[in-house]
Amino acid sequence: MSNIPHLLVHDHEDNVGVVVVEGLTAGTEMFCCVTHDNSTFTLTSGADVPIGHKIALKDLKDGDTAVKYGEDIGKIIADIPKGGHVHTHNCKTKRW
Amino acid sequence: MFIHTIAKPNAGKERKMASKYSNITVKGFRRENGRVGVRNHVLILPVDDISNAACEAVANNVKGTMAIPHAYGRLQFGEDLEVHFRTMIGTGSNANVHSVVVIGIEPDWTKRIADGIRETGKEVAEFSIEQKGDFETIRAASWAAKDFVHKATEVQREECSISELWVSTKCGESDTTTGLGSCPTVGNMYDKLLPEGITGFFGETSEITGAEHICQKRAISEEVGERWYKMWKAYQDDVIFAHQTDDLSDSQPTKGNILGGLTTIEEKALGNLEKIGRTSQYIDILYPAEQPNSGKGLYFMDSSSAAAECVTLMAAGGAVIHTFPTGQGNVVGNPIVPVIKITANPRTVRTMGEHIDVDVSGILRRDQTIDEAGDALIEMIRRTANGRNTAAEALGHREFSMTKLYRSA
Repeated sequence: MSNIPHLLVHDHEDNVGVVVVEGLTAGTEMFCCVTHDNSTFTLTSGADVPIGHKIALKDLKDGDTAVKYGEDIGKIIADIPKGGHVHTHNCKTKRW
Repeated sequence: MFIHTIAKPNAGKERKMASKYSNITVKGFRRENGRVGVRNHVLILPVDDISNAACEAVANNVKGTMAIPHAYGRLQFGEDLEVHFRTMIGTGSNANVHSVVVIGIEPDWTKRIADGIRETGKEVAEFSIEQKGDFETIRAASWAAKDFVHKATEVQREECSISELWVSTKCGESDTTTGLGSCPTVGNMYDKLLPEGITGFFGETSEITGAEHICQKRAISEEVGERWYKMWKAYQDDVIFAHQTDDLSDSQPTKGNILGGLTTIEEKALGNLEKIGRTSQYIDILYPAEQPNSGKGLYFMDSSSAAAECVTLMAAGGAVIHTFPTGQGNVVGNPIVPVIKITANPRTVRTMGEHIDVDVSGILRRDQTIDEAGDALIEMIRRTANGRNTAAEALGHREFSMTKLYRSA
C-alpha cells in the first residue's frame, strides 16, 4: 500500500477507528484502512486527536454501544458526531 | 486446515507436515531433567525477606551469581503460602538456572524449597541462619556458590530444537496499538510455533474481562473452557467485587492505558487476547506459579495483570523466554528470564527505543504484515535463545515480584 493510513479500523462492524499517526489535527481528510481485509475509505477528523485514540466512524448517540474488533467495548454516554474523538469523556465500560 | 497437534499431550508421533519453522534450532542449555534453558544463572535464593541481606552478601562475594531478594516468606499460610513455595521452587527449578544456593532463617522451609528444586536434578545447597548468624551463613554459602560458578561456567550450549522452548506472554502499558500490532504479532508467533511443539503461557485474569466469552471458547474442550470460566468468575467475585471501593476505572484500564487511547476494560481485554492468535487453543489452566503437566501446548495461568508479578509467576511455571508487547512503553524485566519487548507504537520507538527489541510499527503504516511481524519475533526468539541479551537484560531490569493473595498471619 502506497498511502500511509491515518486511521485503522479492525472490523467492518466497528463504529470507531484508531488514529495511528502523531499530530492529527481537526479537518484532516483521513485515509482509513480496515485491517480485516485492507479495504480503504476516507473520513474527515472532527478534532485534534492523539495517536492511539479513537474516532467515531458515524454519528453516535448517548446510549449506543461502541463496537471495535466487531465486539462491544462499552456504552456511549454523550452524543458524538461522525469524525469526533471517542474516549473516557463520552464512552464508559459496562463492567465496573 | 489447522491440525490440532496441541490437543493431545505428548502427541509427538502424530506431527503434522514439517513447516519452515520445524527446523529452527537454538543453542541452549540442556538440564538434567531434559528441559532446555537459554541462560545459565547461579541463583542465591532467599526463602524469606529477612534472608535477603545474607543472599546479597553471597552474591557480592562470588561474581557470576545473582541474588533475587523479595518481600515475603514469613507467617504466610494456606493457598498464599502454597503460591510462595511454588514461586520459590519454580524459580529455582527454571531451566535458565544452573544451580541454586537457598538461604532461609529456619531450616524446615529452607529444606522444603531446596528439596523441591532438587527434584529437577540440579545442584542445590541450603543454609539456614538461626543459631549461626549472617557471618557464618555467608561464609559457608559463599563456598558453595563459588563451586557452582566454576561448574556453571564450564557448561556448553548445545543444539536444541526451537520446539523445546517454553515461551510465555503478557503485555503491559497497553494502548490501542498493542491490539493492532504487537499483540497480534505474539499471536502469530504462537499460531506458528505451538503446532511445532513449544509450550506457551498466557494469563492476566483481570484483563480478560470483556473478552471472557471469547477466551472461554478458545479452550481445547468445553470442559477446559468451563473450568477456565469458573476460575475467571471466582476472581471477579472474590477479589474484584469483594475489595473494590469504586468502579475500578482508575486501575483497569490504567492511567497509561487511557493516555494511550484505551477507554474501557472491554477494549483492553479484546486487544490483550490477540496474543493467542487466530488458531491457538489452550489445553489446561494453571494456578499461579504452577508448572504445566498436561503435555506440550498453550496454558492459561491464573495471574495478576501487573507486569512484574505476572512475569515472575510464568517464570516460576517454567517459561524460559517471555514475549512482552507494549504500547506506551513498559520497561519490565526479570532476573532469570529474558523479556523480549515488542511495540507497534512509532512514538514509543522514537522516545523509548532503548527498551524495544522488536519494532513492528510497520504494521500501523501497512508496510509490514502480521505474518512478517510474527516471523520477525520468531527470529528474535531464536537470537535471544542463542544468547543475545534483551533490552531489559542490558538495562538491568530484574524485577522479581511475589504474588500475595491475602494478609499474613
